[in-house]
Amino acid sequence: MSAPLDQQACEQRRDILRILEVARRGHIGSTFSLLEIVRVLYHDILRVDPKRPDWPDRDRFVLSKGHGCLSLYLNLAEKGFFPKEELLRFCKFNGMLGGHPEYGVIPGVEASTGALGHGLPIGVGMALAARMDRKDYRVFVLMGDGECDEGSVWEAAMCAGKHKLSRLTAIVDYNKMQSYGPLEEIQPLEPFADKWRSFGFAACEVDGHDVVALRKLFRSLPLDPARPTAIIAHTVKGKGMPCIEGNPSWHHKTKITDEEFDQLYADLGFPRK
Amino acid sequence: MAALAKADERVVFIGSDITKRDLEAFADNYPDRFFMEGVYEAHIVGMAAGMALCGKIPYINTIATFLTRRCYEQVLLDVGLHKLPVRLLGSGGGVVYAPLGPTHLANEDIAILRAIPNMTIVAPCDAEEMARLMPLTLKWPGPMYIRFAKGGDKVVSRPDLPFEIGKAIELREGSDALFVTTGITTQIALEAAGKLEGEGLSAAVLHMHTIKPLDAERLIACARRVRAVVTAEEHTIIGGLGSAVAETLLEAGVSKAFKRIGFPDVFTEELGSQNDIMGKYGISVDGLCATALKLLRP
Repeated sequence: MSAPLDQQACEQRRDILRILEVARRGHIGSTFSLLEIVRVLYHDILRVDPKRPDWPDRDRFVLSKGHGCLSLYLNLAEKGFFPKEELLRFCKFNGMLGGHPEYGVIPGVEASTGALGHGLPIGVGMALAARMDRKDYRVFVLMGDGECDEGSVWEAAMCAGKHKLSRLTAIVDYNKMQSYGPLEEIQPLEPFADKWRSFGFAACEVDGHDVVALRKLFRSLPLDPARPTAIIAHTVKGKGMPCIEGNPSWHHKTKITDEEFDQLYADLGFPRK
Repeated sequence: MAALAKADERVVFIGSDITKRDLEAFADNYPDRFFMEGVYEAHIVGMAAGMALCGKIPYINTIATFLTRRCYEQVLLDVGLHKLPVRLLGSGGGVVYAPLGPTHLANEDIAILRAIPNMTIVAPCDAEEMARLMPLTLKWPGPMYIRFAKGGDKVVSRPDLPFEIGKAIELREGSDALFVTTGITTQIALEAAGKLEGEGLSAAVLHMHTIKPLDAERLIACARRVRAVVTAEEHTIIGGLGSAVAETLLEAGVSKAFKRIGFPDVFTEELGSQNDIMGKYGISVDGLCATALKLLRP
């Protein structure tokens, strides 16, 4: 059982539903499985300055599973990287917020992602650059569990282990549901934490919806001063809306109907406006 | 490479388990910026992009085949889409590794990289031209692929002609035929032009060291002065230099007798040497002469 959602978690989900109502499409399940991870990072952990998105000493966050972008967009807007009004132009022709985040277009986005397996190699490069420049910024890469099928994830993991990149933290949104169905049926990953350990990481597991536990864990990083960290965050795809939780047909949903929106708001306990 | 590292502290070298030769000066003097990594091209291209996002200029070196095909998505997205100054140094473009068989031949590297927006593609004709190119790579914006020949090729570039990325060099003037070449086909074309002179024909050689962005202005000017245009490349005729030249000339309304020399739409599966394979497909002095003659005296 994952932790119950707090008030802010429910409000963020409501705000994301309002964005979704504009586009009527999106990777909803993933957005809600990684929302608390992104929220805690941006609100409590990352050393970033919305007024200086290219500040050289900032912490880097790479959303490697770019399809979870709505969570990123909402938190970037809440932090003040861009006006909240921009959120309501999600996927619009003249908007900047697409179905996957784009570097150089959206303030605060560190890399263009969407194709899977790209974020961790980029994160390794960023962490090595920090070491070369003797800077103390940290690099966080958030990946999907299905994404960990990609060989490049493990190529990068091997390299990060070799270089003992203690300022690099790989987080996996382990919701155990892929696009077609349960991860267990498509490509099992267990023993997952041990896989990371065998690649040279210090690894631990956490409830990815428990903001108190996430905060405590992120504040204790690195787990080992001589190794990169892997955090296996147990999550629920579509968390907070029982009508879509764990339902693969909501992995990437298009043409969401009014009736479906009514149900999503009702699940959340907010009136639809 | 060590000279570049000395000139600019942003320079980083990344190798993918390559042979040790000539790297000691970099490794010994700049160990913090020297990375000899494993045989995982997809990862090192992404890693280089991550470094470039933090202000570095990474130079990646491995065999051209593996640096272009294996990690194409990383080159396209991580480097190309992000417009990053990552330099891809592809060893053994074309059929340099002929004896090693078709898995090691990079006959389509130019074609697939040309399709990537923001990508610059350079194929120097000899070591001296390479030496003139490398300092310029520090300031050139965006990603770049540099196609290495096998090394030790005849020096035909000229120090008196200025070298600029994106500016073709007319190494020989002529009024009957124009050879447009890149990499080591330039030396072949120069020899062929000399031979044609004996036949009473005047052939120009335009060395297109930079295939992208193509120097359209120079190409069109040179092509207007001749009756026939022949392109020659150590590469498939699909999508490489010949294609780029044909597209440019046709769209400019310059219609001349025209022929592309390169590998046809086949896997070159012969062994032997680089020259053996190129010779079979007419990428040779005799092949260029015969092709030009056929166009000029049909």
